Amino acid sequence: MIKIKELYKKFGKNEVLSGLNLEIGEGGIFAVLGPNGSGKTTLIKCLLGMVIPNKGDVSVLGENIKKDSNYRHKIDYLPQIANFPNNLRVKELITMIKDLRGKTNLDQELISLFKLEPFLDKKLGNLSGGTKQKVNLVLTFMFDSPLVILDEPTSGLDPISLLRLKKLIQAEKAKGKTILITSHIMSFVEEISDEIVFLLEGKIYFKGTITELRDKTNQPDFEHAIASILTDNHV
Amino acid sequence: MFKILKYSFYDLMRSRWSYVYFAFYLLLGVVLLFLNNDLSKAVITLMNVIIVLVPLIGTIFGVMYYYNSKEFTELLLAQPLKRSSIFLGQYLGVAISLSMSLILGLGIPFVFYGLFMSNAIWDFSLLLITGTFLTLIFTALAFNIALSNENRIKGFGYAILLWLFLAIIYDGIFLMSLIIFEDYPLDKLSLIGTMLNPIDLSRTLILLKLDISALLGYTGAVFKQFFGTNFGLIVSFSALTLWVILPVLRITMKAKKKDF
Repeated sequence: MIKIKELYKKFGKNEVLSGLNLEIGEGGIFAVLGPNGSGKTTLIKCLLGMVIPNKGDVSVLGENIKKDSNYRHKIDYLPQIANFPNNLRVKELITMIKDLRGKTNLDQELISLFKLEPFLDKKLGNLSGGTKQKVNLVLTFMFDSPLVILDEPTSGLDPISLLRLKKLIQAEKAKGKTILITSHIMSFVEEISDEIVFLLEGKIYFKGTITELRDKTNQPDFEHAIASILTDNHV
Repeated sequence: MFKILKYSFYDLMRSRWSYVYFAFYLLLGVVLLFLNNDLSKAVITLMNVIIVLVPLIGTIFGVMYYYNSKEFTELLLAQPLKRSSIFLGQYLGVAISLSMSLILGLGIPFVFYGLFMSNAIWDFSLLLITGTFLTLIFTALAFNIALSNENRIKGFGYAILLWLFLAIIYDGIFLMSLIIFEDYPLDKLSLIGTMLNPIDLSRTLILLKLDISALLGYTGAVFKQFFGTNFGLIVSFSALTLWVILPVLRITMKAKKKDF
């Protein structure tokens, strides 16, 4: 699904990714973890072509992403902070994205799943953070693409929406999709992910299942396992 | 690109500022034409306003629009769209909506004044054409500045400086150099100097179309000889077109390499 070879990225003097290699197969939920500033968002933005790497190759679904932008038809991306044009209405935003990406009928289903009907005619500038995140989720899941990338999907969501999101993610996984998630909420990651990719100082420190991680670090649970990696590496 | 252009254009058409800008030109046109009976004087006053104001509004609006729609741009970047079409679409959206405010705002009062029957139509069309060129040029320059500066305060600062330089300081330096080197033949130098600044070029083009170039004395005669001919007109419009194309090319180049 995703192949990354020797990826380097510097912002000024700050080297964020230093020779990262990663291969992600088809199907399943992969959590990308790491301390603040370890390069999670940069990695994701490299996949999307929003950040241009200094060196290295990235291919998604067998296509090198440098060639053109069409591979993004196969990616659904949820950005970290949902900031939309403020004077646009929710309905208009959804129609616009549909106009840009192609037709879909899934939006109605998702709108009713997240109970967004009363907000459709409101301007995006007047919505609360959580509601914006729900709109963000609708825009992301609307297109049924084989690769889904979620950057902090849980931020601002109330417990009931969080439950709905988890169900939605599981349903997408059942369709055979590959789902990439970053999150700082360990219980969410533990509950939902099949595999962990742990980033540290711009490289992959660990890739495997949660059980493997616990065995490797000799810790009784997932949270302590992560904590022990961080303390062992003086982060 | 046209879809982005459409949405940027709608977005701007909905904003209050487009209407303020449009209303300003409408008012200016009405006042100058109906309260002042001399058409050529009205055109000269309009020229003075356009030459200074259009570049200023173009730079400020361009920079402001870019920074304000940053989040939206990021949303678009994750979609299967080419980078160049995103930025060119936004650029054209801003430039076209500004040009429309200018053309409609000044055009409507002129139509009511009975422009189509007057022989000032060519002077007036030239005024609108150069105004549109200036909008295209300065919006493109503004996008260049905004793309190169993450910090919006810096971006605004550079944009204002650019306008100040081309609208005022350039003329000062130009005049000073003419005075200092007055012992030498300067006609070529002054022609080239005029070509290199789109504001000066537009001003000269309009002035020489009006029958006041006689006031400019010897220099006026040299200029008239050049700009007044078809060859001069073609060269000047090519220079203006080049002033549009080069910044637009840089927008696409810069956009391709930028990280978001």
